[in-house]
Amino acid sequence: MIPLSWFLALSAALFVLGVAAFFVKRDLITMFLAVEVMLNAANLAFLTFAKKQGLLAGQVIVFFIITVAAAEAAVGLAIILLVFRQRKSIKTDEVDLMKG
Amino acid sequence: MAAALFLILAATSVGAVLGMILSRNQAYSALWLVLAFAALGGLFGLLDAPFIAAVQIIIYAGAIMVLFIFVIMMIPLSTALPPERRKATLFLSIILAVVLAAEMAVSLWAMLRGRETAGPGGLGSTKALGRLLFGDFIYPFEITSLLIMAALVGAIVLAKKRDKA
Repeated sequence: MIPLSWFLALSAALFVLGVAAFFVKRDLITMFLAVEVMLNAANLAFLTFAKKQGLLAGQVIVFFIITVAAAEAAVGLAIILLVFRQRKSIKTDEVDLMKG
Repeated sequence: MAAALFLILAATSVGAVLGMILSRNQAYSALWLVLAFAALGGLFGLLDAPFIAAVQIIIYAGAIMVLFIFVIMMIPLSTALPPERRKATLFLSIILAVVLAAEMAVSLWAMLRGRETAGPGGLGSTKALGRLLFGDFIYPFEITSLLIMAALVGAIVLAKKRDKA
């Protein structure tokens, strides 16, 4: 039998790795991939708590998260393509149109 | 047996995410992530969610990552390689990650010391999930279809080449 706390610890570790990747990486696509890692860590936590409480609603939420992630990936990648077409680069340092 | 399976899958997912962070090439990063998501699918199966596990592998490791790889292949990597990371940024990111990890450990402490185990329980049978999805959650489900429609139209409008005229 696997303690549920192991799953939670793994979820926390994956989320932290996702955050670290988001800040370490400097191109839009890899940063976007890091966001996907964070989403999956959250999914793992949702399923762990669903198992702990014995509630199926937690699994339905994960189903919706995956759907929203698919929609987000489609729009986000279209925006990345647009940025690349206009700036000829996907490095975050060179997308400085708004002078941030 | 189950514990060994968990350890293998957990090590695979964490290792694959580390590989994604350390890889310099976006295409390899995406492939590492396919491995991580497949291992996570196995973990979802261990958590009594066989349907979500299948969705994870088919939609996430399959469809979404293929979308990423398509876009990576459309962008010439020679002009889009990540620049050198600055030492200061790397240092600050690592500090941030350590602080975040400590914060999570503190907030999850009570759960982390819990004794509940993930035994087989038949919680997430596809039949029960389907009844819930098309019963209590029918409105969110329908709104999801609207969301996907909007995302589809939005992606086409954004990505299509505009005529210069």
